[in-house]
Amino acid sequence: MARHRNVRRLDFDEERDFGDIYGRSFEDEVAISPATASQFMYPHGNTGIALSSYMKPHPLETQSEKLPSSAGASGAPTQPNQPSQPALPSQYLRSEPSIKKPDKATAPVETVTIKQSQSNTKMGFITHHRSNIDSSPARSPSPSVLPGRSTPTTTPIRQPQLTRSSLKGKQLHLIDVLSEYKKRQESEKPTINLVVIGHVDAGKSTLMGHLLFLLGHVSKRTMHKYETDSQKLGKASFLYAWILDETGEERNRGITMDIAQQQFETEHLKIHLLDAPGHRDFIPNMITGAAQADVAVLVVDATIGSFESGFESGGQTREHALLVRSLGVTQLVVAINKMDTVSWSRERFDEIVTKLKSFLKQGGYKEGDITYVPCSGMTGDNLTSTLTDSWYKGPSLAQSIDRFRPPPRPVEKPFRCCIADIFKGQGAGICVAGKIESGYVQSGETVLVVPANELTSVKTIFGGDDISAWAVAGDQVVLTLIGIDQTKLALGSVLCSPEAPVSITSLVRARIIIFNIELPITAGYPVIFHYQSVSEPAVIKKLLSQVSKTSGDVIRKKPRCLTKNSSAIVEIEISRPLSLELYSDCKDLGRFMLRYAGNTVAAGLIIKIL
Amino acid sequence: MRLEGRCLDKSGSGNVSLIPEEDEDMWHVYNLVTVGDKLKSTTIRKVTSESSTGSSTSERVRTTLTISVESIEYDTIACQIRFKGRNVQENPFVKMGAYHTIDLQLNQKFSLSKEKWDSVALDRLDVACDPSRTADIAALIMQEGLAQLCIVTSAMTITRARIEQQIPRKRRGSCTNHDKALERFYGTVLQAVLRHIRFDVVKCILIASPGFVKDQFLEYLLAEAIKQDIKVLLENKSKFLLVHSSSGHKQSLKEILADPAVAVKLADTKAANEVKALDSFYVMLQNEPNRAFYGFKDVERANESNAIEMLLITDELFRSSDVALRQRYVALVDSVKDTGGSVRIFSSLHVSGEQLGLLTGIAAILRFPLPERNEDSSDDSDSN
Ligand SMILES: Nc1nc2c(ncn2[C@@H]2O[C@H](COP(=O)(O)OP(=O)(O)OP(=O)(O)O)[C@@H](O)[C@H]2O)c(=O)[nH]1
Ligand SMILES: [Mg+2]
Repeated sequence: MARHRNVRRLDFDEERDFGDIYGRSFEDEVAISPATASQFMYPHGNTGIALSSYMKPHPLETQSEKLPSSAGASGAPTQPNQPSQPALPSQYLRSEPSIKKPDKATAPVETVTIKQSQSNTKMGFITHHRSNIDSSPARSPSPSVLPGRSTPTTTPIRQPQLTRSSLKGKQLHLIDVLSEYKKRQESEKPTINLVVIGHVDAGKSTLMGHLLFLLGHVSKRTMHKYETDSQKLGKASFLYAWILDETGEERNRGITMDIAQQQFETEHLKIHLLDAPGHRDFIPNMITGAAQADVAVLVVDATIGSFESGFESGGQTREHALLVRSLGVTQLVVAINKMDTVSWSRERFDEIVTKLKSFLKQGGYKEGDITYVPCSGMTGDNLTSTLTDSWYKGPSLAQSIDRFRPPPRPVEKPFRCCIADIFKGQGAGICVAGKIESGYVQSGETVLVVPANELTSVKTIFGGDDISAWAVAGDQVVLTLIGIDQTKLALGSVLCSPEAPVSITSLVRARIIIFNIELPITAGYPVIFHYQSVSEPAVIKKLLSQVSKTSGDVIRKKPRCLTKNSSAIVEIEISRPLSLELYSDCKDLGRFMLRYAGNTVAAGLIIKIL
Repeated sequence: MRLEGRCLDKSGSGNVSLIPEEDEDMWHVYNLVTVGDKLKSTTIRKVTSESSTGSSTSERVRTTLTISVESIEYDTIACQIRFKGRNVQENPFVKMGAYHTIDLQLNQKFSLSKEKWDSVALDRLDVACDPSRTADIAALIMQEGLAQLCIVTSAMTITRARIEQQIPRKRRGSCTNHDKALERFYGTVLQAVLRHIRFDVVKCILIASPGFVKDQFLEYLLAEAIKQDIKVLLENKSKFLLVHSSSGHKQSLKEILADPAVAVKLADTKAANEVKALDSFYVMLQNEPNRAFYGFKDVERANESNAIEMLLITDELFRSSDVALRQRYVALVDSVKDTGGSVRIFSSLHVSGEQLGLLTGIAAILRFPLPERNEDSSDDSDSN
């Protein structure tokens, strides 16, 4: 059977070719009323103009594009101010910024206008938002997804190509990012994204906070302030955790709730640190962090009883370790923390290592990829400097982290960046944060936002604290986007290159590996689909076949139910369309997790987009 | 629902007159009426009359019509049912056989006549007309940036509001964006609470969330109630109950209804019982897969061996416009009851009913294990 062969070899190219995505019509899947359509679907003429104005004035080309257009749009390049069209429906206004922004560089005079039209946009957004709040999801999949997808041969998809090629070698695309990246690889330390995981109160934040302090990333003054303030709250033991736990709620309760991010450097590496929450209620946030990570530090509490409760089934030591493994992390440092509470007992250390070893091996880690380090986040022992006169002769925590091998980056693949955060920056535009999964981007470039299917231009790129002209796969960035309405952006939206957009779908076929669940999975089983930074309700629609965990061979077709620790091919329907990729095309964007009632039910790989 | 009259003969045909009084009654009506029934009620009809001079005038007249129902549409939000069909009784304004649409609303009397009132329909009628009904509860299910306000009554779960706002994450050195957005989010949710909850009707208001969102929101709500002097909140303070849920999505309602603290308050409601029944099916499927069947064919097969201990079936199946099919379902229900099994008819509006609906709509826990069907004949296991 075709299905079964595919699974085994994980070669899905034949399942999908480009003709397939372009040739699809989404109209039937997302029905829209004529009223909605007229409100949100822009006439082609308009879209064409919006895009063509991205190009440098190229007399022949622009004119021929401009002529057939409607009044509002053709007015754009020539009449910067638009007071002559107050009667224009707001959706035209909304598309305005995208018409004009890119001209900014060439025509400084227009800057003022841009601001005006932008404030228009914003007001439009707010009112729109308010009226929307109660009745419908404000983030509902925008119907404007449709034009581009449903009319494959028309402008929206081909146009960007034109734009880019016409810009190439001209003003914006000055940088040959790939060769710059080669230079950077030679002159700078490689970056690695590291997530810190473990059971609640294992001491993750304290450990990493203390490490940051020892590495000089936190000033003495700040540290002193944390010390006194935490004392006042009666949470003196959390002083180092405060470096990463910054919200009032987190500090008051002494619990990390969302991912905290920081940068630091070791001898050979630049580390982007993601400190995950350990509490089981915040696992969705932890997944967001883990999805962006290359490697992980698993923190366990060595205290008698505490290690045990975190390691029991139901404890997060197990769940987290399996989650990050399912999300693609293979290298692990296990920090056996709070060694001060067991007076640095070697027996305790060995006991814990033995237990973890067999568990992690079962969980799919290779023994050679795991380092075990005893340490104390509170006292700071064995964090940056190695222990003297101790039975432990191995590397310190920082040294172990330094030994992580950065994974290869798919820089040659099309640009993909999954949005993990959206916020208003200081200047114009909207800031989005995320990790670049593949390809590269540079400032001034036009990118496509999916599933909204809107073009936007990248104004600035921040990597860490500094502005940089470009960024490549593996980098954590904050991009300032201009010419796009905030309603078009959502967590989980993907920024991608307009030439090679990601697919949008709400129905996927996937291979799932089922965790240690109590009750079996049947068709109709409700789950929450965790993908990058989104979590959406979903339903397991069909159980196609149960397959062997190791070989992928079909054991049984159409099983009645799936029980723990089995593997299967299923169809999953997500409650709204997401931008997804096949596992075979992009590993990181082809993975997802399924959870139900607070438990991780399964990990999955997308093998077909339906 | 008020029963105004009931006249059935021995063969089970006849008519009843009813007045729906509450939202939930409309749901019962929706489930009672099937295609082919005759429905009589007052309605408005536009009548065009031609005068002797040839000019035509049209006016709207109020009249009582009886139609043979051909299609039924239910609007949960407007609380209205729209019946379409042909006129079957002489009327001065409407010809026999002419199409008409009757919009049935709350407190509108109607009478319904069926060729055959089967056991399922009669049970439904009894439930609908039972005056001792359990009180409604409101459930506010939240997570950061997402909230749904549901009203749970005995037979329905209705989402009254869904609020989704994007909350920026905490960022190094600044949490103001996050904190402000969260405050605004709570503000919106509070507005929804005030607008959609009828505090005089609901028995309690469950606030459920993972983490501390629920505590934070309740704190916010009480603070605002004092600050803005919102009497209704202050008076009903004791009706709020905090419950843990694993997410802010609607499916968490299942966990909430199963929570022991809530179960005490709900005592014996249909919604909670359905959650329990479906759970026991899954437990059986795990422990003794040969005693848990689903899909019409398998369940019917089990019934032939008198093996069914408990039948779980969604009311959606009985709304089938295919009369013969409905009769098969009814026959199954009757037969299970006759052999001493129990029958749970799930409301497709409740979360567990929704899930059962996706699991072919029909499942059974057996008294003793039966062999599984052989795999080849499995092709239609997921029809329906
Ligand atoms: N004795 C001792 N206590 C520690 C050590 N590390 C952390 N703690 C204490 O453990 C408690 C929890 O520390 P956190 O850093 O907040 O733990 P966490 O793993 O980040 O917790 P969550 O993020 O909420 O899951 C605090 O009271 C710390 O002071 C250690 O090495 N020794
Ligand atoms: Mg922490």
